[in-house]
Amino acid sequence: MERLTTFAPRAPGRWQIGTVSAIRRETPRVKTFRIELPMWMPHLPGQHYDVRLTALDGYTAQRSYSVASSPLDEGGVELTIDRLDEGEVSTYFHDVVVEGDQVEVRGPFASYFVWRGESPALLVGGGSGVVPLMAMLRHKRRTTPGSTMRLVYSVRTVEDVIYADELDGDALLTYTREAPDGWTGHTGRIDADLVATTGISSGTAFVCGSNAFVEAATELLVDVGFDAGAIRTERFGPTG
Amino acid sequence: MATFFSRGFGGRRRVAEEYADRLPPGQYVETGFPVLTAGVTPRIGDDDDWALTVDGMVAEPRSWTAGQFRALPFEAIHTDLHCVTKWSKFDTTFRGVSLDVLLDEVEPLGAFAMAHSHGGYTTNLPVEDLVDGRAWIVTEFEGEPLPRAHGGPVRLLVPHLYLWKSAKWVAGLRIMDHDEPGFWEANGYHNRGDPWREERYWND
Ligand SMILES: Cc1cc2nc3c(=O)[nH]c(=O)nc-3n(C[C@H](O)[C@H](O)[C@H](O)COP(=O)(O)OP(=O)(O)OC[C@H]3O[C@@H](n4cnc5c(N)ncnc54)[C@H](O)[C@@H]3O)c2cc1C
Repeated sequence: MERLTTFAPRAPGRWQIGTVSAIRRETPRVKTFRIELPMWMPHLPGQHYDVRLTALDGYTAQRSYSVASSPLDEGGVELTIDRLDEGEVSTYFHDVVVEGDQVEVRGPFASYFVWRGESPALLVGGGSGVVPLMAMLRHKRRTTPGSTMRLVYSVRTVEDVIYADELDGDALLTYTREAPDGWTGHTGRIDADLVATTGISSGTAFVCGSNAFVEAATELLVDVGFDAGAIRTERFGPTG
Repeated sequence: MATFFSRGFGGRRRVAEEYADRLPPGQYVETGFPVLTAGVTPRIGDDDDWALTVDGMVAEPRSWTAGQFRALPFEAIHTDLHCVTKWSKFDTTFRGVSLDVLLDEVEPLGAFAMAHSHGGYTTNLPVEDLVDGRAWIVTEFEGEPLPRAHGGPVRLLVPHLYLWKSAKWVAGLRIMDHDEPGFWEANGYHNRGDPWREERYWND
């Protein structure tokens, strides 16, 4: 078993130029980019990096992306990016970036939506909101496999499942639009029954997704008995 | 000066020139109004359920019930908003009471303030940033009661700093003789948060 994260988050890094060492297609709309960093430092699962793009005339665009990888994957970070059709930065990553390209990033940032070993922990994700939760799940599997952590993950269709081959017994899926043939699990929005299936009815909850998703999911968790003060959220803007 | 260029990046969301000087560095223009909150949206009950308190190192601590607050002089605020998550929103209109009015009544004796909210959120500000017509307690957005997700019924508005300083669901301000990090400031964000200086994170 590997060590649990022991560091405290330090003042975050300066802008640095990383190299894209691997690109993995997760779904038709989502890719994961592994970026090797000259000044890598361990993150807490749930933290994010900022990305800055600069055009030749000096125009820049910045966005934030959660780290998907465990801090035990040293030397780099994995960012999983959902392609928004009219988006500026996500389309650049999807349509332009190839392995070997350099990208400017800095991080890790923010130390609130982070897992520090809390058990039990319930993770609730919608769409690309699963990204920081996956960092938590991956880290937990490697450090404290005996602790209690479960992921409830809401997706539209089977095409939208990010990290599909890593979703094991500790992850529960629900399909909100169209379940695959032969699916016997949950369908429709996350509800009290599905939360009950996790066996976790109190403790810390991490909820991430679009704002509408986070609002609905947190209301539900409060209704089923979670303490509002123990629910942490991360919202990826208005879309989703 | 940027010395690094992103291969093949042209930039899509350029700001019209007339607005360019209103967009702080690193920001892009957003036309919606994204919601960003660390936890659960608190239920504050109906409109008359709240009060606002200013206490701590002041000559005259005070609390205003919703009714008393409504009797104070309201003004319209036309402003741009800047969120540390990179979006800026131009030309918003709020209505509220200037912090100058409230602070005049309590007479602050300390130079720092901690805003605190229902749900436990806090954020720190120098009193300097709250005076001279630059900060308000607002109850209306675009002619409507402030939506709950945006801090309704009542929030702080300090538009010259990143939005996390504009505490939603504000319950009061405590005036202090020393500075202390609030919720986000303790969690990696800059102590002051000036968008024009890109004070986003701890060592910016
Ligand atoms: C802490 C944090 C962590 C995040 N983590 C992740 C993550 O792990 N994965 C991830 O995919 N995302 C994540 N996000 C969201 C991410 O930062 C970006 O917001 C997202 O990738 C969209 O950026 P973009 O530049 O592609 O789109 P933008 O250019 O910002 O546009 C966003 C949307 O608004 C619409 N839009 C905006 N302006 C216009 C306009 N002028 N005309 C028409 N349409 C417009 C576009 O249709 C687009 O869909 C995170 C956000 C935060 C705050």
